[in-house]
Amino acid sequence: MPSQASSSVIHPAPNSGAELIDQLGTVLYVGGAVIFVVVMILAIWGVYGRGRTINPQRWIIGGGLVFPAVTLTVLLVYSLAVGNALTAIGTSNALQLFLECFGGGNAAANAREPSNGLLRIHVIGKQWWWEVRYEQPGNGEPVVLANEIRMPTNQAVELVLSSTDVIHSFWAPSLAGKVDMIPGRTTRLRLQTSEEGTFRALCAEYCGGQHALMMLFVVTQEPTAFNAWLAQQREPAVAPTDSFLTLGHDAFFKGECHTCHTIRGTPANGTDGPDLTHVGSRKSLAAGVLNNHIGTMAGWIAGPQEVKPGNKMPETKAFTGVELRALSAWLGSLQ
Amino acid sequence: MRAALIVSCALLTACAVDTEPLPQVTGGNAERGRDVIREYECGVCHVIPGIPAASGRVGPALDAYARRPYIAGKFPNQPETLVRWILDAPAMAPQTAMPAIAMSHQEARDAAAYLYESD
Repeated sequence: MPSQASSSVIHPAPNSGAELIDQLGTVLYVGGAVIFVVVMILAIWGVYGRGRTINPQRWIIGGGLVFPAVTLTVLLVYSLAVGNALTAIGTSNALQLFLECFGGGNAAANAREPSNGLLRIHVIGKQWWWEVRYEQPGNGEPVVLANEIRMPTNQAVELVLSSTDVIHSFWAPSLAGKVDMIPGRTTRLRLQTSEEGTFRALCAEYCGGQHALMMLFVVTQEPTAFNAWLAQQREPAVAPTDSFLTLGHDAFFKGECHTCHTIRGTPANGTDGPDLTHVGSRKSLAAGVLNNHIGTMAGWIAGPQEVKPGNKMPETKAFTGVELRALSAWLGSLQ
Repeated sequence: MRAALIVSCALLTACAVDTEPLPQVTGGNAERGRDVIREYECGVCHVIPGIPAASGRVGPALDAYARRPYIAGKFPNQPETLVRWILDAPAMAPQTAMPAIAMSHQEARDAAAYLYESD
């Protein structure tokens, strides 16, 4: 699988939700450790300290009521502020959120509304891969890719998460917390970071035999580079230029691949498998399992059940050796 | 006792003579070759000893490669031939399903060295 993609909750991407969670975690662990040590010292002192009288009432009110009340209130407000920053509720004011939560406000309704001005990316969990859709305004055909999300840096995007089969869970450890993808429901997650890079995400809810091989990559780019990429992805596939690639193109239809796969710009319009319009530009094949080059493409086409047993891509004996190479070369040329 | 010693020495020598030296790839490093094979994921199509998840059945298994007489059932198994095959199989056998892999000459040498040294 492609290496050099970070995937760690303890090394979060800068200015990401995961960083906020990491800081919250640090405050809790360090704070909890300090309180534990102080309590132990007091306990030892209580057993061995002799000859001093204390005022029990002061300790009970101070240590038993005032201290926990102040500490927990501060932590509550802090954790609500973190939650607020993570979930795109539409306000950056923790106090307002607090009042909405306890005052019958409409925070929950706000959470379901599309946030204005955010780029929205639909991510649909499937056994065992991810469909990623960038809906276009008006009647434009959506940009559909698989197992890869691209997003601009320094700009929040909103993932709209759903599933067409079983429960999955979207988790990019370096970027944010996990959010379940539930059939018949829509959940949302906001991603943001200032770092350009590639981050690994994975399914975090057991979803069947190949759950462990259900990954994707989140690629962050400068906004201008991202916009150029999106514009390029909107384009249909270009017709093959040489005879070898044409042989591959013809093999695709001979092998009935179009029954399940769409390639915009060709008659292929199947929807059961990933859209392959720009498959050559993707980082991985088989949902983060394989690097994407002509060898892995050929191996995946000819033997998908060895790589990922039980997945919906059938094994085929439809192609001659030359056709398999040509098909792999043609798909790789769909940049 | 002495006779037994002489006989066993003779047997040992006989064994040594029977074992052909393994093919060597000039300038190939088997240790680096293992990384090359992992990086390019040759195991998608081939069973390769010592490589995790190399369980593909699209192409032939590559175990005990040093003792195989032929490459792809066609070419005598010589180190330089194997390096050429890894780099550009279709140039040697146009009907093959194995694509030309975009790796450097050195990487192909290292991969060949690994195949010869692994069992």
